[in-house]
Amino acid sequence: MSSAFIFHPALILIAGALLLPFLRGTARNGAVLLAPTFALVALWLLPEGKLWQVQWLDYQLAPLAVDKLSRLFATIFLLMAAVGGLFALRQTSRLEVPAAFLYAGSAVGVTLAGDLVTVFLFWEFMAVGSTLVIWSAGTPGAWAASRRYVAVHLAGGVILFAGIAGQIAITGDASFHAMKADSIATWLILIGFLINAGAPPLSAWLPDAYPEASWSGTVFLSAFTTKTAVYVLLRGFPGTEILVWVGIFMIFYGIVYALLENDMRRILAYSIVNQVGFMITGIGIGTEMALNGAAAHAFAHIIYKALLLMSAGAVLAATNRRKCSELGGLFHSMPITTICGTIGALAISSFPLTSGFISKSMVTQAAIDGHLQMVWLFLAAASAGVFLHAGIKFPWFVFFQKDSGLRPADPPASLRWAMIFFAFLCIALGVWPDPLYAMLPYEVNYAPYTAGHVITQLQLLLFSGLAFFVMLDFLKRTPTITLDVDWLWRVAGPEVAKSFRLALAETRAGFGEMIESGKARYCILLARHRRPEGLLMRSWPTGSMALWVMVMLLANLGIYYFG
Amino acid sequence: MKYEHWLDDPLNVRKLWRGFLVVLALTVIAGFFVDLHPHFEIESWFGFYAVYGFITCLLMIVGAKALGLFLKKPDSYYAQDERDE
Repeated sequence: MSSAFIFHPALILIAGALLLPFLRGTARNGAVLLAPTFALVALWLLPEGKLWQVQWLDYQLAPLAVDKLSRLFATIFLLMAAVGGLFALRQTSRLEVPAAFLYAGSAVGVTLAGDLVTVFLFWEFMAVGSTLVIWSAGTPGAWAASRRYVAVHLAGGVILFAGIAGQIAITGDASFHAMKADSIATWLILIGFLINAGAPPLSAWLPDAYPEASWSGTVFLSAFTTKTAVYVLLRGFPGTEILVWVGIFMIFYGIVYALLENDMRRILAYSIVNQVGFMITGIGIGTEMALNGAAAHAFAHIIYKALLLMSAGAVLAATNRRKCSELGGLFHSMPITTICGTIGALAISSFPLTSGFISKSMVTQAAIDGHLQMVWLFLAAASAGVFLHAGIKFPWFVFFQKDSGLRPADPPASLRWAMIFFAFLCIALGVWPDPLYAMLPYEVNYAPYTAGHVITQLQLLLFSGLAFFVMLDFLKRTPTITLDVDWLWRVAGPEVAKSFRLALAETRAGFGEMIESGKARYCILLARHRRPEGLLMRSWPTGSMALWVMVMLLANLGIYYFG
Repeated sequence: MKYEHWLDDPLNVRKLWRGFLVVLALTVIAGFFVDLHPHFEIESWFGFYAVYGFITCLLMIVGAKALGLFLKKPDSYYAQDERDE
């Protein structure tokens, strides 16, 4: 340890989480805002390098290690915790914000971990914190969803643990650095990371669980788990080619399911998978431009996704409705929420002058620089698709479309300011990207605002918008859900288990019958020979006794002579 | 007739539509005057991004719709298993 005055930002936030339940009123509100702020200051006071080193068993651990990449992710996580805390100040659940801070603190802990053991520890704490956030919504749906959620994440944790144990056993080195997916151990680590990223085949945990949290809980959930996974993939597996295709699959999976979805927050949950897909594709491409793009996109994404979910949360808190088919026309009475939500929607669509434009285009540019025409075509189509499923669909069906007759007011000040601040950041980063570019892990040689880029992007997006309105009849919301892979563990699995249970019960009943009837037959047999007149129980005449004794004596004699 | 909000007036909505179409046309026409720095062959086709954006979106909507035929269920579908829990 180079200095006794180095504070671990993650531990500051977790300490805040543990302190919060004991505070009330202004003290509590102050602590909610100050804990992440202190942690943020502490983070920026840290020099680069492995700051804490611990010897544990035979391994050199580094629970606090800082470089540009980890500082970037820790910064956005702490910023998210602070603004999310502001948004959730009026949350009546006393569990939610402390749980969210434990969750956010653990996410920061992962980004500042220099070794795999620390990564794993904080990884599991994240699963606990996020489950508690879902849980604190207090509805039966949230309870059921939190159980499915934690099952997936504990399974992912087991896979990750097996991978980390194997990797340490093989290499003898616990430090967390770039790996190649070339052994079972590294594959298991990669799979463990990808499960948290919302990658196939288990992707459904995300849209299943996140929308069940409270109006403020989903805002926290959207930020940390998937983006921590993006961070560990960025550090652990840059340039792993399979990630390009995993990412592209996630992009289109997100779009298609979001297009079919009716629940406004599930639309946004699917679009998280979609956006993480862009980042994972960037990580798979693996050039400096692509990795910068993935990191910048994670940073921008956390802000605009939180903003979108804040606007959805404000609508949910005001109307208690989640379904697009029951919403609409809210712009009449919620102008601030409408404007903020729309800014978030423009940012996620990468409109020029928003944060998405300056981040996502770096991934696309990396595909162009690498002459990956197929990948580039997919990414371009996906950019149009993002505008379709999130950029227009979300604000259109929630705030505009047909008038639902609802006239709820804009939310109270704490919610409004959280939205306004993030809306400001969406535009500020889009107009002035240099501070973000300066924080990226590699030097940025990229100018997003060329006339050609702006015009091509506008063509792509606006014609995608045209397609939306032309096809509006096809997109009319219906009160339906679309089956996803969670069907496997919500319906198919229980059905299989039930039929197994039935079969088992039947077999047992069959065996029982067989044993019973066998016992009965044996009893009858016993009784036949042992009843008073039975062969073994009746009294025999003395004559027959003498006869048998004679026979035995003769036999004895015979054996004596011939034996 | 008085409307609650200027966006409720169909006349204004029509104006917005017209404005939108004009902007669409402008973005395509701008392709004549600005070097779009095409990298791939296909990018240098006139109005490529406009056509590509429009068509891929149609395909995604139709694709989603087709998938929905198989996978859409009433939203009470999972209510049963949640009651069991």
